[in-house]
Amino acid sequence: MADIAAKKPEQPEQPEQPERSRKAATAAGAEDTGAVWRAHGTDRRSTRTLRLRVSAALLTLTVLAVLLVPPLVQLDQQAVDLAAKLQPPSWAHPFGTDDVGRDLLLRCVYGLRVSLLVGVAAALTATVVGTAVGATAGALGGWVDRAVMRAVDTVSSVPHLLLGIFIVAMFRPGVWPVVISVALTHWLSTARIVRAEVLSLRSRPYVDAAVSGGASRWRVAVRHLLPGVLPQAALAAVLMVPHAMWHESALSFLGLGLPTHTASLGNLIQEARGSLLAGQWWPTLFPGLFLIVPTLAVAGLAGAWRERINPRRRSELML
Amino acid sequence: MLELRDVTAGYVRKAPVFRGVSLTVRPGQAVGLLGPSGCGKSTLARVAALLHHPDAGTLVVDGTPVRRWRHRAPRAQRTAFGVVFQQARLSADPRLTLTDLIAEPLRATGRREGVGGRVAELAATVGLTSDLLGRRPHEVSDGQLQRACLARALVLRPRWLVCDEMTAMLDASTTAALVRVVEDYRAETGAGLLAVGHDRVLLDRWCDRTVEWHTLTGTPTDTPIGTPTGP
Repeated sequence: MADIAAKKPEQPEQPEQPERSRKAATAAGAEDTGAVWRAHGTDRRSTRTLRLRVSAALLTLTVLAVLLVPPLVQLDQQAVDLAAKLQPPSWAHPFGTDDVGRDLLLRCVYGLRVSLLVGVAAALTATVVGTAVGATAGALGGWVDRAVMRAVDTVSSVPHLLLGIFIVAMFRPGVWPVVISVALTHWLSTARIVRAEVLSLRSRPYVDAAVSGGASRWRVAVRHLLPGVLPQAALAAVLMVPHAMWHESALSFLGLGLPTHTASLGNLIQEARGSLLAGQWWPTLFPGLFLIVPTLAVAGLAGAWRERINPRRRSELML
Repeated sequence: MLELRDVTAGYVRKAPVFRGVSLTVRPGQAVGLLGPSGCGKSTLARVAALLHHPDAGTLVVDGTPVRRWRHRAPRAQRTAFGVVFQQARLSADPRLTLTDLIAEPLRATGRREGVGGRVAELAATVGLTSDLLGRRPHEVSDGQLQRACLARALVLRPRWLVCDEMTAMLDASTTAALVRVVEDYRAETGAGLLAVGHDRVLLDRWCDRTVEWHTLTGTPTDTPIGTPTGP
């Protein structure tokens, strides 16, 4: 510890924060022989906590906005006001108005609602499919495993946006075709993760013990293997929500996703393209931010979660 | 009778861990198997307990030749074996409490009635106090967990016990207690025992017959150069 204290003044560019938390950690762990190690851990922990809090706050804000604004405000997001078209942000319209005078704040909230719905539904479907396929392949092993994983490789060798477009094109525009399209192109990574995890769990002696105790294949899978992979699968699902939202936006932007009158983030950005070239930046910026902020928030949360469920990090974790 | 005849087994088909091993355990008999680490005695124990498919050779359990291993083996055949592994930590599902751990074979085989009573009875036998039973594996010591694993191995009243280095990680008093539990169970039920280990003193005192690994293999030259064949 004296070592660190001596080196400290030579690094004046370091911010105040780590210094304080390091002192706090030393005080807290003074009786502990691992004080140096803990001080280091605390630094990383405080950044991690900050990131976790900011992410959680942003995500809560997003979810609250999506859930509460439409029922509370009771304004018509489709209300056209040609007299107020393409107005820059003001107190009356904080995000400005679009080319037919619709309020962009309201449109963005409604758009986010649709995009989130598609994202969550697609991520859940993809995770269920991926977990089922991956767990089956991993638990059965042998030729089933080889066949299933080669099939997964084959599907993932097709560019997934292309495959998604193909699937969407088979249906009339709407929310569910987009959900199906995104889900069917995104279960592959989950299947791989789950299979790898099941393979590693399958060779544990406790599976041997279960087999010897008369457990059927099914029971081993459901009682001993699946609970072990669920944290990983849940993490994959959470990370997939923003990805699915982007995918939905991409499809809508290409005019293949949701019907054009539905406010989705992709549709909003697509409609704003023309005005961006004319110098009106707000119809593009705000839907873009609505897409980026939840993405970063989810990534931040998932990162914190991953560190929490990763057993190798567990030793330095304070719950 | 538990008969292993000319068994060849391993994890890579071209390079088996051992070839042509034969071993017989009579009902009620306790056989100790001594060998250096890495020689394949744990693999042999797994083959004997129907947990590992051998590449060649036959296994006859109570007069019935075994044709299928692991899940594919008839349930009655594989539950005739109680298996205790070396590392209790790895052989216990981290999510189950000790009660569920011990009761798991009963539930897996559909014997749900009287689970509580049977678990309490076995817990007392292996020396687990009731406050430990509600804990999960990471909340108990290795010795306590190994006691629970032994209880799990006994819960279906197996005719054969396979103890694969059961006491290698335990202190002397826990070792003595677990060996006592196994011996009491065998005295009561007449079960046969295959105990794998490298502690000659323990196995000599515990078992009716102790066999050295190198006397079993048909091709003793297979042992790696410099491998000690005994103390």
